[in-house]
Amino acid sequence: MLAAKAVLEQGVHVEGINFFTGFCVEGHTHAIRHKDRAKPKRNNALWVAEQLGIKLHIIDVVEEYKDVVINPKHGYGANLNPCLDCKGFMVRQAYQWLQENDFDFIITGEVVGQRPMSQRRDTLPVVARESGAGDRLLRPLCAKLLSPTLPEREGWVDRDQLMSFNGRSRKPQMTLAASFGITEYAQPAGGCCFLTDPNYTQKLEDLWRTRGDRRYELDDIMLLKIGRHLRPRANFKLVVGREEGENNFLEGYRHRFTHLRPLSHKGPLVLLDGTADAEDLRLAAQLAARFSQGRDAPEVNIGITRHDGHSYELSVPPLSHEEIPQEWYL
Amino acid sequence: MSEHTLDARNLLCPMPVIRLQNTTKTLADGDILKVICTDPGALNDIPAWCRINGHSVLETQKDDKELIITIRVSKPQGGDH
Repeated sequence: MLAAKAVLEQGVHVEGINFFTGFCVEGHTHAIRHKDRAKPKRNNALWVAEQLGIKLHIIDVVEEYKDVVINPKHGYGANLNPCLDCKGFMVRQAYQWLQENDFDFIITGEVVGQRPMSQRRDTLPVVARESGAGDRLLRPLCAKLLSPTLPEREGWVDRDQLMSFNGRSRKPQMTLAASFGITEYAQPAGGCCFLTDPNYTQKLEDLWRTRGDRRYELDDIMLLKIGRHLRPRANFKLVVGREEGENNFLEGYRHRFTHLRPLSHKGPLVLLDGTADAEDLRLAAQLAARFSQGRDAPEVNIGITRHDGHSYELSVPPLSHEEIPQEWYL
Repeated sequence: MSEHTLDARNLLCPMPVIRLQNTTKTLADGDILKVICTDPGALNDIPAWCRINGHSVLETQKDDKELIITIRVSKPQGGDH
């Protein structure tokens, strides 16, 4: 937002690009979870574009992004976050868009030293080089600490009016925002990508491990964001809705999975991902019973619909808390 | 002018906006597009996207499960960037 504003202030025409990778935190879980419905569900990129008075192009890169997640040339950060590859990928995509749409240069909000992996003095040139953008990539917030880029040399922007921010502190950005009259902005320190979340990446690693293959589809990674995930056996896992909003979301997926729901008591929809024999289905039913309002009842009646559409009922005693090993929880 | 429908049910933000963005590229100035969604986030995002891009939201209908947002497409002369 600030980088775009700094260049807009110089009279340059700016349009925004926002990439949808499937791992974006914003929106999804708030939209799904009923308890979060009081929170504003705006898309921050759209909101920023509107505040700046610029157009925004939201680009679906889910397919292209898979290779970044699965085979990051520069490796992962603390979790499955391929930050440097991700940055290079997005700038490369932006550069391609620029060429197709007759724009002249790219602006990012990167700051030298702000992030430990992708925004170091030695990695900023990697992004420029590997994206192909080269010196058509301008970082207005730290431009004075870097070599002049094409837009500066050509006089399309005035380098003297750009910034020299560096390091992790966001205070200079906040001061600049105030000088522009910007008082509301997104969380300044990341948290916008599920790949930096250890709980999420544990579930993604489990998905890859049990499939024996590091691949995913959009529905896979969406489902990892929702519900309680338990893997009681290597051949199947359960996704248990935690509240009404999640149950409604999971309803949209039930036809693709064997699914269970309590009939004698209120309780969540449970999806079974994998293959399950009769014994496995009984265990799944006991777990579904455990997460229902019949958890303390001697028996709970569970409706089971197999993936092939065959339905039947099973009456089972719910598993007790002690009977569910902690390692089943993903 | 013609009327069109975009089914964006069971898609989560920002997919309804992406589908809308891609659909409007194929429509003409003045066309009417009804977008059917289930993500409550669309209630903010689609009008915001329309404001940014100069399209008009004509009507928003909402029940417990679905939103129907009716849009009039506006295409500036000389094409849309």
